Order: sequence, then structure tokens, then C-alpha cells
Amino acid sequence: MASYKPTKITVYPKLGEKVTQDTVYWKNYKAPIQIKEFGAVTNINFSPVAPHNFAVTAFTRIHIYGPFSHEPVKSFTRFKDTAYCGRFRSDGQLLVAGCEDSVVRLFDVNGKVALRMYKGHTKAVHVTDFTSDSYQILTGSDDYSCRLWDIPNATELNAYQEHTDYIRCGQHLFSMFDGRVDKSVMTLDHGQPVESLLLYPSEGLLVSAGGRFVKVWDLLKKGQPLVSLKNHHKTVTCLCLSSNGERLLSGSLDRHVKVYNTTSYKVVHNFDYAASILSLALAPNDESIVVGMTNGILNLKHRKNAEESKEISGQQRRRPSYRVFVKGKNYFPKQDDYLVSKPVKQHLAKYDKQLKKFNVSKALDTALEAWTRLKKPEITVAVIKELDRRGTLKNALAGRDEQGLSRLLYFLIGNLFDPRFAPVLVTAAEMILDIYQSVIGQSSVVDRQLLRLQEMLEREIDYQQELLEVLGMLDTVFASSLPRKEVPCSMFSLMIR
Amino acid sequence: MVEHGDIRVVHRGGSKINSREPVISSDSRLLLCASGECVKVFSTSTEECIHDLRGHTGLVTGVLLRPSNHLQAYSCSADGTVRLWDFTDGILIKWRSVGKACVCVCTCVCAELFQLVAVHLPQSGDRLVEARELSAVLSDVSSNPAAIAFGRGGEYIVSAKGLQLEVYFFKKQKSYRFSLKENNKKGRKNTFTCVASHPQDDCIATGHEDGKIRLWRNFSHKKEYTYSTLHWHHSVVSSLCFTPEGTNLLSGGVESVLVQWRYNQESQKDFLPRLGAAITHIVVSPDGALFCTSHSDNKITIIQSCVKVSAIIQGLVKGESLSTDLMVDPRSKAMVLNGKPGHLQFYSLQRDKLLFNLDIVQQEYIHQSGLQQFEVVKAAFTASGNWLASVEERKQKDAELELNLKLWMFDEQSQSFVLNTTISAPHEARITAMCFCQSTDSQTTMLALTFMAVDDGPSWSCDFVGAYHSLVPECCTFSADGSLLAVSFQEVVTVWSPSSWELLTTLSQPPGAIRDLCFGKLSCSKYLVGTTANNLLCCWNLLTCALEWSTSMNTSLLLADPLSENMAAFLNVHNVDQIVVFVFKPNEPRPLYSHKAVCSGNVTRAVFAPREEMLDSCEESSQWLNHSQLYFLTQCMDLMTFTTKAEEARQMAASKQLVIDDSIAMTPFHLLLGKHRGQQQQQESGQDSLSAERTPLPQGSAAIKELLQTPAHILPSTSFLCSMFVQSLLISVTDSRSETKHVEEEMESEKEEDSEEEEIESRAVRPPEMARCGQATETATLTKAQVKELRRVKKLDHGWLSSVLDL
Repeated sequence: MASYKPTKITVYPKLGEKVTQDTVYWKNYKAPIQIKEFGAVTNINFSPVAPHNFAVTAFTRIHIYGPFSHEPVKSFTRFKDTAYCGRFRSDGQLLVAGCEDSVVRLFDVNGKVALRMYKGHTKAVHVTDFTSDSYQILTGSDDYSCRLWDIPNATELNAYQEHTDYIRCGQHLFSMFDGRVDKSVMTLDHGQPVESLLLYPSEGLLVSAGGRFVKVWDLLKKGQPLVSLKNHHKTVTCLCLSSNGERLLSGSLDRHVKVYNTTSYKVVHNFDYAASILSLALAPNDESIVVGMTNGILNLKHRKNAEESKEISGQQRRRPSYRVFVKGKNYFPKQDDYLVSKPVKQHLAKYDKQLKKFNVSKALDTALEAWTRLKKPEITVAVIKELDRRGTLKNALAGRDEQGLSRLLYFLIGNLFDPRFAPVLVTAAEMILDIYQSVIGQSSVVDRQLLRLQEMLEREIDYQQELLEVLGMLDTVFASSLPRKEVPCSMFSLMIR
Repeated sequence: MVEHGDIRVVHRGGSKINSREPVISSDSRLLLCASGECVKVFSTSTEECIHDLRGHTGLVTGVLLRPSNHLQAYSCSADGTVRLWDFTDGILIKWRSVGKACVCVCTCVCAELFQLVAVHLPQSGDRLVEARELSAVLSDVSSNPAAIAFGRGGEYIVSAKGLQLEVYFFKKQKSYRFSLKENNKKGRKNTFTCVASHPQDDCIATGHEDGKIRLWRNFSHKKEYTYSTLHWHHSVVSSLCFTPEGTNLLSGGVESVLVQWRYNQESQKDFLPRLGAAITHIVVSPDGALFCTSHSDNKITIIQSCVKVSAIIQGLVKGESLSTDLMVDPRSKAMVLNGKPGHLQFYSLQRDKLLFNLDIVQQEYIHQSGLQQFEVVKAAFTASGNWLASVEERKQKDAELELNLKLWMFDEQSQSFVLNTTISAPHEARITAMCFCQSTDSQTTMLALTFMAVDDGPSWSCDFVGAYHSLVPECCTFSADGSLLAVSFQEVVTVWSPSSWELLTTLSQPPGAIRDLCFGKLSCSKYLVGTTANNLLCCWNLLTCALEWSTSMNTSLLLADPLSENMAAFLNVHNVDQIVVFVFKPNEPRPLYSHKAVCSGNVTRAVFAPREEMLDSCEESSQWLNHSQLYFLTQCMDLMTFTTKAEEARQMAASKQLVIDDSIAMTPFHLLLGKHRGQQQQQESGQDSLSAERTPLPQGSAAIKELLQTPAHILPSTSFLCSMFVQSLLISVTDSRSETKHVEEEMESEKEEDSEEEEIESRAVRPPEMARCGQATETATLTKAQVKELRRVKKLDHGWLSSVLDL
């Protein structure tokens, strides 16, 4: 005697983004922490040494935050005008920043007053950075020039005058300079004003962001463009590499941060923020993502530690009665024990119990209970489908009073137009109309619901018609755009046709 | 054309076991049922087939226990003979020809001829026959054996046909007829379907087409008869049976529910629901301990009288339509076809046994006539057997076609297929063909109508939808290496590349739609062979994209052997109405082998099943049978195959070896130990007189030492040894000490050459031999033989054991 096979509830695939390794990784951050700065956050830079403080350049200040504190550990406020581009040296001891007043300042991380001031630019300095040997500073300014400074004695070593526009990180044309030569080595044309540049750790690839494009250049092949990514719909403002170099992040004025795979250059994940993004930084090991926005808000997201992430993935909370049921379940009989097996009682859902007894109306009633009907309409639909398969749907639907009928109609109104349920519910709706057409007009409640159903049906038909029209239009577009391909045929088939 | 004498077409199992009602032996241990041309004897406890009673040349139409000797049984057959068997040993005792071929049941009558059929039926049967010879009263008898029954102690016979019930009393030689009105108010049918009579009471139970059961009483009077009605079944009552004591009435029908009614307390009933398929017969064992129901899906269920299923004997299920083709599961080498509604069955060809049913639809089956159910219509395996794809469909009158494509993955842990993906409504119309890409890499592709390819991975998704001039594709096949896909669209064959989904070329051969397509294998992989509806067999060369050769023959079926280059074509010769089989290689239009007159009627399905072990026949004509065997299903759903003489002889020998001549539910161990134990017991009983003067056991007996000193890991399990060992010790004690010493010495000498287990065995055996020399000779030889047998068992690979024990 086979046991009763319960009604199969169809599982409908959830629409939406697929869960991949990447989404799991990039979603594993805690709720963001927001810190209000004084003005738009133009730059964020992490210190390369532990504890990985980060410098946030906003308005006339540079704040340094610790990895966990939400208050600035230190702040540099001795700027006369807007500060730009606060950056750490590779040993984390020195910090350089440009300023609107064309002076470049060098700070000791522990000090307060600038150690050195580099004067020479005639306009605002937007770009400052240490060279890789960490003894020199490179600055770019609105006076179209780019200068190289010696740190200890604050002298200008070199000035590059080849640019023809503000250096905000580059411009239409950006050039590669060699520190030993005083001419550009390579000039690459991005096409739009360049907002951000990023050199791969291997120094073979260069990523530039400008306009809506992110472009990757192969420096070893004389600056040959490798890919051009167009995934943002507003200007891309900042770029960042993940710690292992396998993912590239780009922030944009369209309020999104996108994560690209650096082998396939496909977007693998996407973050949304509240305002346009100006700056973006990733802590070493991707421990946190810091994003600065135009409205002066600094957004911090820390990675969850192992226990916290486990907590989410584990089973949901159990009811107190669970303990009773699980009691003794994990007891393994010893070798000498005589095991008396008890027949396992099959647990059936309420509607299945009724279906097993062939109580079709009652089965439908239980499936139409408020909770199931509202929370899990697929169960109700599955029961209706099962009844239809048994050929007893008509019997189940018939013989209902006003209340029962209105409940049914209510369910239909709610779910008839769901494409997943439509095939099943249309048959049911037809049957209901067949059965109850004689009593139409006797109850105002039912009549109102029927009218509503009719109205929704008309709307749905119009909608479907429009969709079909669109489909037809698209088909013609596609058909004309595809190149025609000749299929080789043997002589025989040509003859037949 | 060459005709080869040494290859024969043989019938290969899978016959119906539910055609007639089974019979349970009086001790409830054995079950006899008619199965094709033989009677099968099953054990009721282990479900194992113990032996076949072979001898009839026609379909067996009835089996009956001999009332005077409960160890013998009669069987009658359509070949016009009645045979008497000793069914415990499987020996034919005698047979009598009735003279005329008749469809008959032993207990009753021939349905068509009204002839006496069972001449030497003792007692009631005899009397019946005599009586009928004299008067031939029952002129209008239903052909259904269930509609005839004998009354209490053979006093009367009841027969029902149509709306009439006829009771004939042998003593009075008088018959009474009762008839019912044709229709009730509700327009339901009153037609009689089955009859049963109470063993002690004057009461007849009749089943009706509308599901009612009527209990007739007082029927020895023309006018004053009465009947009461029981109604539970919603459709036809197909079988009724009283228990031997007459306390219960069992009924069953299409609902597949066994209902047990209390006699005289009809409001109380017990149910045994969900027996799987419509009940066709119900039988109760003579002692009333077991019920037995046979079902329409070729199944016999054995039920204990407490209404609990104890065993199920399942035969090959042959539905009305074989919608899935015959396939071979690459893993278990079992033949796979659709069986029970919504199931795929795995049938072992070698052992003629249904291995298991895979539930594809996974829905509660509603036993109701006229209800449209989901049917499994297509199935396909990957070459490795890791994946199974199945298609189920349900067509209602005015609703859309419901289609489900399911993908099953083989689970190593549970050793069965587990549902991986369900795709509902993969196509808008019926799926015409489906196949897996046979390539070795992990990417597996599958396709069907309008055709769609699906990719695997953790999930399956549609890869490509292709169409050709909006024609309907008929059949599709992948080449052996998976680099080409051929799909036929009516008379055009299109060849696609599965890697890029490009249409590579089209081949066509006017006129006539393509019926079958096969790629050549191995050395012939450049050929594509197809058959058309217009009697053409064409072979294309794929390198030149041209027709290599074609012949005109009316091919009904074409299939390729997966393990060799060979292909087999079944031909319909119209004027002769016979089927001819050709086996050929695609590279030459010359048959390797042909066989005329394979069977009458069309061959619809066939399959090449790989052999478990290769044959090494080097004769050209039978070489094609070396790797695989060709099985086919005839129109009347008989499973046939081709075998060579040598192979048949070998099989016979093997089967004889395996036959176990004891009828007890048995295992090889039981065979060995049971006999041995029996002997020991005999000896024991013989020694009862001696046992009085038994001396206490010597504590330091050599045997005990031996047993204790043997490393435990070499010893067989203690349960195996214990009783024998203890018994042997008990017996040895009856003799003097000197003799035990003697035994000990012998043990020592034997030690070197024999393994430990044998020593223990021999020790168990020897002492009685020593004890009583007079009687010993006979037993000693026997025991020695048994020692040898045990030795053999030990040396054998125990893998075969599991195959014997397998349920």
C-alpha cells in the first residue's frame, strides 16, 4: 500500500538577480554608517599601514578616521580654501594635500601644522600624490602644469607644461610622464574630461574614467585601448581596485557603484547610494567600503565578521515546541539494543487531509483560508489545479453561499492576472460563471465583485494587446537588423522547393 | 538473402501474471499463477519466483489446487491439455488432452464450447461435469471466469451473464433464473460482473457494474428470493471473494481499494486503499491467513488477513500504449519503458524481473475511469546514465496541453534518480523527439520539438530554439561524438552544429517524410542512415553531403547498436504479412544477417541491450550478437529476442545450476545450513536413547580451544557457527575420551592444509561419523559433499549472492 502523495505545490522561480559568488561577497557588509562632513567629499584615501586609517578630504578640511571610530581621529584644518586630494605616503607617515590657493601642503600624520609648503603653482592644485620611491611629490594644477617636487628641501624638480587644460586628474588627453625625462612618454585620448585614473599594481594596465565611460588601456602595447565600459548613465567620478585586484569598482554621479570582473569586464555587482558619488575607497582586504557624496555625507560599510554572517545563513528561529519534537531524535541505538520501529506517520497539510478523503469542497475551503490565500496564493492555486485534475473542480466550486462565493471571487480578482496562475484560474473562473450565472443579481456584494472582475479583464486585454503590438514592432526591428545568412543546401532540396 | 539456422527468435519473459486468478497453496507458502505458457510458483514471503512449471504449448488459462492432494495442482491451457503438477518440486505428474483447444478454467467450464474440459477433476468438478454432460443446462455462460462460482460444497453452480443470474442445483437438476431490470432510476447499470458464493451459508454475492454488491438468499425458490444491497464502490466491482470461514467478504474494483465486509454486519468494513492499480482478482488462501489480489498493472499483492500488505510480486507492466521507446539504462543495464501510469519501470532483461518503478509524475493517482491523467510520453538517458530526462503530458478535451519536462540526476547515495529540475510547458505543442548529446564533456544538450536545446550545470536553461521553414521536426539524433545533430523536418534532414547552433547543411531525398534517423558508430561515423515513409532506406555520407546508397524497402523500424557499427532494420513485407529483420553496416548496402518471418504483426519497438559478457562467436552471421542483444516488442506486446544455440545451451545449464530444489523461502545459506541442521536433528532424535548416559563436557576440549584460538577476523559470524558447533560438541561427548583425542589428532594433521573455517565445519561433521560407524557411511558422504559445497561457497565471489538474494 503506497502512501498518499501530497499535492505538489509548484515552486515558481523568483525573478530578480541571480545569486552568484560575487553578490554573496559584496552583500556581506553591515548596515552603512553615515557621517556628515562640511562639504562635498572629494577624496578618500586609506593609509597603507595598519590600522588603516583613512583621510577624507571635504571642503577646507582633511579628517582622518580610524577603522572603527565614527569620529575623526585627527583633522587638518589649516587650509585657507578648499582642500583637495589628501593622500598618504606608502609608509603612512606623511600626508600631502592640494588647495584652492595653489599651495601644496605636506603634513606629518601625527602633527598639526604643515611640515612643508610647496609654492610654485599659480592656480588651484587638484591633484597631489607621492611618487613610488616616496621621496618626491607630483602635483597637477589648474594652471595647465604638472610639477614634481623634492620632499626634503621643497624644491621644484621638474615642470611639465604640455597639458592644455586644467589638470583635475587629467583631461581630454592625458599623458604619461617619465620622471627622468621632461617630456611625456605616451599620450592617450580618452575622449571626455578624465575624472579619475587608476594604475594596476602590475603597472601594465591603466584605467581611466571620464564621461560615462571607463576605459582600460594596455600600457605595454603603447597605450592600446583594451576595453571601454559604458555601464553608468552619468559621469564616472572615481575608480578603485579590490584588494586582490580581481574586481574593479567605479563610482558615478548616477549614485551607483559598480563592481566589474577584471578578466571579463562584466558588471558583477552594483551598490546604490543616496546621492551622487564623488569619491570611493576600499580598505585593504575589502574590510570596508567608504563612499563620499556630493551632499557631504560619508558612507561607511564594514564587512561582517564570520559569526555575524553565519547567523544570517543559519536556520530561522525555531518555535519553543521544536524541542519537544526533536527530543530523542539524535539518540543512536547501541549495538545490543533491540529497536522497535514505529510506523512513521505521514504529516499532511490540511487541504491534503481533505483531498485524501475526497472532500473536495472542504479541501477548497481550507485552501481559501485567509492566511493561505493572501500569503501563499500558490497553494490555493495548486489545490484548484489538483481538483481540476481530478475532474471535481465543478463540484468543489458549486453550492457556495454569498460569503463563500465572494471569498472565491476576491481571490480571483487578486490573482487571475498573475501570469503564473492565469491558466489554472481562468478555467476556475469560467466554471464559476457557468455555475452561478442563474443567481447573478441576487446579491449586491457578488455583483460588485463580478463587475470589478470584468473591468480588470478588459484592462488586461488592452494591456496584452499593447504588448503584442510592441512585440511585433520589435520583431520587425530585429529582423531588419540581423544580417541574412545563406544556408547551404544540396541540389535536391533546392529542386523540391 | 541468407537464412541462418542457428539464430532463433525466442520469447523472453515479461508475460502477464494477472490474466487468471492466482492460487495459494494450502500452507500459504507458495503462490501459483498462470504466466504466459507456464505456471510460475512464487514464494509468498520472499516474492521470489521459485520455479516455472513448463510444458504447455499454449496460453495457460487456469490453475487449480487438487482438492484430494494439496501438494498437486492442475493447470489447463489453450492448447487443449490439462496437466497435473507436483508444484513443490516442479514435476509434471500426468497430462490429459481434452481434444479441443478451449479457453477454459479448471473449476468451471469452457466458455465457448460448453464442453467438459476437466475430465479427471475429482469431487465437485467431476460431478459438475457429469451433470452438465447429462443436461447441458447452462447454455448461456459468460466468458468471464469470475462470473461462475460453485456453491456450498459443490451443491449448486451459479452463473451470471448480462442481467441474469442462474443457479443450478446438481442434486435436483433444476435451475433457477433471476433477472434484474436493465436500468435503475439514475440510469446506472445493473449488469452482473462477478459472483461468489458463501462457503457455509446459502448466500450468493454478486457484483454489479454500478458498484453495488447484492447478497442473494433463499434462491432455491423461484418467487420468494430476497437480496440485500451493499454499496461502497463507485464503479464496477470486478472481483468478490468469501473467506474460507465465511465471516468476511472481500471486494475490489477499479478504485484499487480492497474492501472487507463483515458477513451479517455489513455496516462494518475495513479498507486497504491505494493498492496501485485496479483489482482484477481476489483470492484467499485455504487457511484464510493470506489474501491475494491481482491488479491490472501485472502485479500480485499478498495481504495478511489483518489487512496489511506483506509482499508484492510485480511483473513487467505493459500499458496500452508504449509511448516512451524501449531504452536501456546505461547504469543498471535494465530495459526502461513506461509502465504504471506516471511511472517509468526498470526491468532486468537477464533475470526477467521488474527492478523498480520510478515515479515521474509524483501525483496521487485517482482511480477513476474516463479521467485524463498525466502520462509519461518521452524519456531519455545520457550516455553515462547520470541524467534522465522525462516528459509527461496530459491532454484534456478543451484545455491546453499540459507538458512537463523533468530532469533527474542519479544520486549515488540513494542509488536512484532524484528530481533536479522541472520545466513546465517547455513547448507549446507535443514533444516529438528528445535526445541527449552523447559528448564526453560535461555539457549535455537535449532537444525536442521546434527544437530546443537545454544546457546543464547546476540548473538547466534553454540554450537555443531552432526552426526550419516552420515545419514540424519528427526525429532527431546526435552523432556519436556530439559534434553533429541531425533533425528531420518531414522530407528534409537538417544537420546542425551543437556548439554554435548553426545550420550546417540540409539533406533530402525525395519524396516521403523521414521516419527514423541514425548516425553510424565507430568506423562508420561519417554515415547518416534514414528511412522514409515511401519505402526507402537511404544512407548519406556526411563528408560529401551526398547520398551514398539507397534501397527500396518498407522499413518499419531502424535502430543502431550503440556498441558496434551494426544497424538493424525491421521490414514489413506486405504481401506475406511478415516481418523481416536485416542487420547491416552503413558502409555497405549488403545485409550481414537477415531473418525472415520473425513474427506476425508489426514490430513497433525494439532495442539493442548490451550484454553483460561478450560472446566470442566468430561466425559472420552471429557476430552482430556479440556485443549486444536485440530485443523487440511484437504487436501483442510480447518481448522477443534473438539468441544463438550455443548461448541458449549455456543459459539452460546456468539456470539448472541455480535452481534450488527446496521450496521453502530460501537463500543459499539456508540451503546449506537447513539441510545440515535437518540431518543433525535426525541424528539427534536417533540418539535420544544415548543422550541419557551423556557425560559432562570436557572443559579443555580441543574443539573449543581451536575455536577460541582462531583469530576472530577469519572466523565466520558466530550466529553461523554457534548451533553447529554446539551440536557437534554435544554429540561427540557421547563417546569415550579416547575418541575425542583421536579427533584432536586428526584436527592437528588437517590444520596445515585447510583454512580455519573448514576445520570448524569438519569438526562439526566428523564426531558423529566417529560415533556410529555403522550408520556413518551414508551420512558421512553427504556431509563431505556439504563440506565441499561450503568450501565452494567460501571461495566464490559473494557478488552473485546478492544477485540471488536481491528482491
